[in-house]
Amino acid sequence: MHMLNELAHLGLTIALALALLGTVIPLVGAQLNRLSWMQLAPVFSVLQFLLVAFSFSVLIQAFIKSDFSLRVVLLNSHTLKPLIYKIAGVWGNHEGSLLLWVLILTLFAACAAWFAKNLPLRLLARVLGVQSAISATFLSFLLFTSNPFSRVDFPPFNGQGLNPLLQDPGLAFHPPFLYLGYVGLSVTFSFAIAALLEGKVDAAWARWVRPWTLSAWVFLTVGIGLGSWWAYYELGWGGFWFWDPVENASLMPWLISVALLHSAIVVEKRDALKAWTILLAILAFGFSLIGTFIVRSGVLTSVHAFANDPERGVFILLILTIFVGGSLLLFAFRAGSMESNGVFSTISRESALVVNNLLLVVSCFVVFVGTVWPLIAELISDRKLSVGPPFFNIAFTPLIIGLAVILPIGSTLPWKRATRRHLIKLWPLIILCFASVGLIWAIQTGRSLLGPIGMGLGVWLILGVLVELYQRAGKGHSKFLRILRLPLADWGKATAHAGLGITICGVAGLTAWQVEDIRIMKVGERFNIAGFSLVLDSVEKFTGPNYFTTMATVKLLREDQLVSVLYPERRYYPVAEVPTTEAGIDSALLRDVYVVVGEAQPEGGYAVRTFIKPLANWIWAGAIFMGFGGLLSLLDRRYRVAHSIRNQRKEVEF
Amino acid sequence: MRATLAILLVVWAGLVLAVEPDEIMTNINLEERARAISKSLRCLQCRNESIDESNSEIARDLRVLVRARLANGDTDKEILDFVVSRYGEYVLLTPNGKGINFFLWLSGPFSFLVGVSCFYVFHRRAQRTLGTRPLTAQEQEKINTILPL
Repeated sequence: MHMLNELAHLGLTIALALALLGTVIPLVGAQLNRLSWMQLAPVFSVLQFLLVAFSFSVLIQAFIKSDFSLRVVLLNSHTLKPLIYKIAGVWGNHEGSLLLWVLILTLFAACAAWFAKNLPLRLLARVLGVQSAISATFLSFLLFTSNPFSRVDFPPFNGQGLNPLLQDPGLAFHPPFLYLGYVGLSVTFSFAIAALLEGKVDAAWARWVRPWTLSAWVFLTVGIGLGSWWAYYELGWGGFWFWDPVENASLMPWLISVALLHSAIVVEKRDALKAWTILLAILAFGFSLIGTFIVRSGVLTSVHAFANDPERGVFILLILTIFVGGSLLLFAFRAGSMESNGVFSTISRESALVVNNLLLVVSCFVVFVGTVWPLIAELISDRKLSVGPPFFNIAFTPLIIGLAVILPIGSTLPWKRATRRHLIKLWPLIILCFASVGLIWAIQTGRSLLGPIGMGLGVWLILGVLVELYQRAGKGHSKFLRILRLPLADWGKATAHAGLGITICGVAGLTAWQVEDIRIMKVGERFNIAGFSLVLDSVEKFTGPNYFTTMATVKLLREDQLVSVLYPERRYYPVAEVPTTEAGIDSALLRDVYVVVGEAQPEGGYAVRTFIKPLANWIWAGAIFMGFGGLLSLLDRRYRVAHSIRNQRKEVEF
Repeated sequence: MRATLAILLVVWAGLVLAVEPDEIMTNINLEERARAISKSLRCLQCRNESIDESNSEIARDLRVLVRARLANGDTDKEILDFVVSRYGEYVLLTPNGKGINFFLWLSGPFSFLVGVSCFYVFHRRAQRTLGTRPLTAQEQEKINTILPL
């Protein structure tokens, strides 16, 4: 067992050496046109992955067996913890999560080596060379500042536990997904750098990169969705987004990768926006690194600061500067060679996609400026200030509204050149949306405009998708069959766009029409809220595997019919000495009922906070739709190996 | 690690309810204003929460203070000014537009305008250079072979 730990440590060291070799040999080989040097690139990448995977599995095994001779296990685990959280504990701390980062990084490089058999060897060597450079820096970061295999001299009998907030199924899988997203963008980045080195970007390049960007984006979407869902049911007051620096850190690469997905389509189909797409690919990974920096350094204080250390921050800042600075420099020298040949008129799908990109990049920029502003203000004018949710809501929302407004118009416009007639086709849709806004406005006069506008936009997006599918079906008979036979990429696009509509509906419903009640209830008491009745049946104490809990039983009734029974809890984790809340939630299609029970009051009874949250589930349902849309698009025929080879031949013949 | 745990304790100690039942004002309008103000004030002890969301003692004191001032007939602005004069602008979750913050608030609209004008310039140039370029002799020859007249 001890032997294994040392072997894993050694494995990481060898992986670092291989990463260094894997950077130099393929990149130099590509430059000097040495075939055998370039052919070594996949070998280096696969070996790195195997070694890191071995180390990671040893670390998992150490957590499962509670090997407290390892410092990370000692500080972050405990024998009483349920098995799943022992495993999740591997990445619930700085060292382990960084090892996971490196594992995924090398996994993606190995996948690139496996799946990219039809890639020109020189391009592949360059992609894998850049990928190895990234893993070399992160492996040295891991080994020199945050070694997961460092030991303690006298291991005690038990560990110090894991932040109880992290002991939750939603959060157990939130970091891996987010990392898959962050790190997936590294492949896109490597492709961009390779393209700059080659001095060539074409439709084939765009087609090779797209699956990587898409899968990274799907993982990011799922990861952010999981995190937001977790915050909703776990943090105790049912918000879904707090504009916390760490949340922003994941939102920024997401926004840029959305922009990248759209601009890469223009490269692939219309041979335009090449340099811009390369820049976005650099920025997307740059923001992933910034995200890692923000989370790991704790430079911006946040509720997520469970594993931070300023010294490590400096190291990541250095990595960030080298990669982003270096690649931007390379970009500045080489962007000129990316000549775009596709011309388009001002009203065209290309233009609409440019506006889409502009809005996404500006919204990312706003989030970025808002996130780092407290630092900037303190550095420049010595003011200590905060930038909180109200700022982001004001600055970010209009951009997203703009994005949603142009989306259905842009996605139905023809490529290259459109006329006003194409815009006029959408009038019935616009009228319908205004009608729905008006209807909702009439139903709830006197309240904020946000609800009706948001619902109108959501409806606009969803109907826009339906209209587009209908238009794609063409004229005449067997429309339905023709819709079914549309390429999967079109279905993916439709599903993801509808998903955005669903999420916007959910956000609008939840923010505009939430009903809230705070009161003291004695056991047996009953009260009414928004058509429901709640009865506090009992409050009892139990003992969980590694916590104590006070659990209330709350009956939810509608017209004296029992809807469901909720069990809100207050838990206390004695090892970490931390209390947590578990809300009692009854979910339904159109609303959630969300109950939190607080402390026993001195005059008897318990504080009870109840929310009716309209359309809450739509927020995450929309995220699932978006992710599923990405998956559909990923399965499209044009990314299968044989198909793209056939296409290449066709291009050559022409 | 100890230090981190200590911080976590401060942050999460009794995060349960934030606004307690006994704080709520009987006047619904005033209570609504109180909630709105609370949402824009930062809890000084917490990592990144408004006093409306936080259950720490200091947040509770501030909530009570806000409500007392409201009951006194103060305007929202007077209350915010008072809290700022006491704790500094750090407590404002909505940064004011004074001084350097001007750039923060304008970052969105400004970068959007820059983006639009860049696109306009590039687009015009691309249209002029590429859109009106006559075919080269080679291209014309290729067309003639594909489409013989």
